Amino acid sequence: MEWGSLQNFIDMGGYGLYVWGSYLVTLFAIAIEIFSLREK
Amino acid sequence: MSSRSLFLAVLLREFKISLTQKTDIATIFFFFLIVASLFPFAVGPDTGSLRTVGPGVVWVAALLSSLLALHRMFEGDFIDGSLEQFLLSGEPLVLIVVSKIFAHWLFTTLPIVILSPFVGMQFGISSEASWIMALTLLIGTPVLSLIGSVGAALTLGVRSGAALTALLILPLYIPVLIFGVGGTVAALQGVETTGHFSILLAFLCLSLALCPLATSAALKIALE
Amino acid sequence: MRFWKYSTPQNFYPAAKKIAAVFFVLALCFGIPGLYIGFFVAPTDHQQGEAYRIIFIHVPAAWMSMFIYVVMAFWAAVGLILNTRLSSMLAQALAPTGALMTFLALWTGAFWGRPTWGTWWVWDARLTSELVLLFLYVGFIALRASIEDPRRADKASAILAIVGVVNVPIIYFSVKWWNTLHQGASVSLTKAPSMASDMLLGMLLMALSFWMYSIAVSMLRVRKIIRDRERNSGWLNN
Repeated sequence: MEWGSLQNFIDMGGYGLYVWGSYLVTLFAIAIEIFSLREK
Repeated sequence: MSSRSLFLAVLLREFKISLTQKTDIATIFFFFLIVASLFPFAVGPDTGSLRTVGPGVVWVAALLSSLLALHRMFEGDFIDGSLEQFLLSGEPLVLIVVSKIFAHWLFTTLPIVILSPFVGMQFGISSEASWIMALTLLIGTPVLSLIGSVGAALTLGVRSGAALTALLILPLYIPVLIFGVGGTVAALQGVETTGHFSILLAFLCLSLALCPLATSAALKIALE
Repeated sequence: MRFWKYSTPQNFYPAAKKIAAVFFVLALCFGIPGLYIGFFVAPTDHQQGEAYRIIFIHVPAAWMSMFIYVVMAFWAAVGLILNTRLSSMLAQALAPTGALMTFLALWTGAFWGRPTWGTWWVWDARLTSELVLLFLYVGFIALRASIEDPRRADKASAILAIVGVVNVPIIYFSVKWWNTLHQGASVSLTKAPSMASDMLLGMLLMALSFWMYSIAVSMLRVRKIIRDRERNSGWLNN
């Protein structure tokens, strides 16, 4: 899969909002979960 | 004490207690009526749309009334220590639990089932379909009481118990709701309803076999 | 028996840290190639365009949400039957991660549904069952949270988890039947994009990564639970 440019990668063929909306929320949720379990 | 006389003794006891709490039972009965009566205000008085939502409304109202009544099932006995006496009596707790659930259904939910066809007719459901709806409720509501007993036992003596019971129990009511309403809708459309009744009866057998066990285990935990 | 040595919170506490570290590394070992394949190897789907790339987190999250519930009920039941505290702690530690996976499955499902079927939510059998599963997780967590005594909470929530695990298939098939009856509202979800082998590989790697992550993070949570519960027992401070 060749994206050509970063812009194309972010754009995801017009589905950027949906793809990144899913991935970023997942990343965010995982980050919160790990952060909430950190040991002082 | 033989199982039968134990069952009847608990039933009689529950009946006497219910006689002292008549307002409680009346409140649940009128709760059902009021919840069902709210829907015409929400969806409009048009008979067509009322008939579409009718079976669902009556079922959900019955389900919520049954939920509202759940706290009565064990709470009084838990507070005044009778529950502990039941446990110490050496009699099989499961049987006492079955009897209590049956009594609870008989005194709080059966009146609603008997009233339901009339509420159904208010929603423009034909009288035959209304009677079939009452029959689905007759088989379905004991399942609700059986499943509900687990939730009532698990939340004994727990803060915000009533709201918590709803949270634990309502998701488990979904299958009964689906087939109860499904049977009524099938009757409205003149379709065969035996399938729905078979599944509701299967739910009844399954919950009768499993729920009292879970409930008595939960009661033992609550009394530890 | 070496194995049983770890069945007490005291011995498991240091072991959990090592297990967590190993499984975090494994999660990255599967996750990084999984994402690479997902974004740079797997081709564009000819029906759904790039939107299908959500599959690489949606399907693993949905699988884990169901799997964790079963594992959670298993450990809760073991804790109830064998009266082992650590088993109940494992069940307690799995619940929030399971709920998170359920939430992610629903969220990514909505973000996938919007471009492919034009709506954020449909009352499809799978989506509806997943929503009910979220309620079951929330019930388990709420019941635990409202019982003060941790041992009583262990036992009560174990009964709830067992009742739940018996009900999950009944709920699923009821919802499925209900859904086929009301065809109007449903959109066929079963038409997954014809899976190229690269897509399948990426999805499997991501599923493994989610699995390893779930193990690692629940180990961290077990440590937190042990710290909370054994606060007053002394051995933690040494």
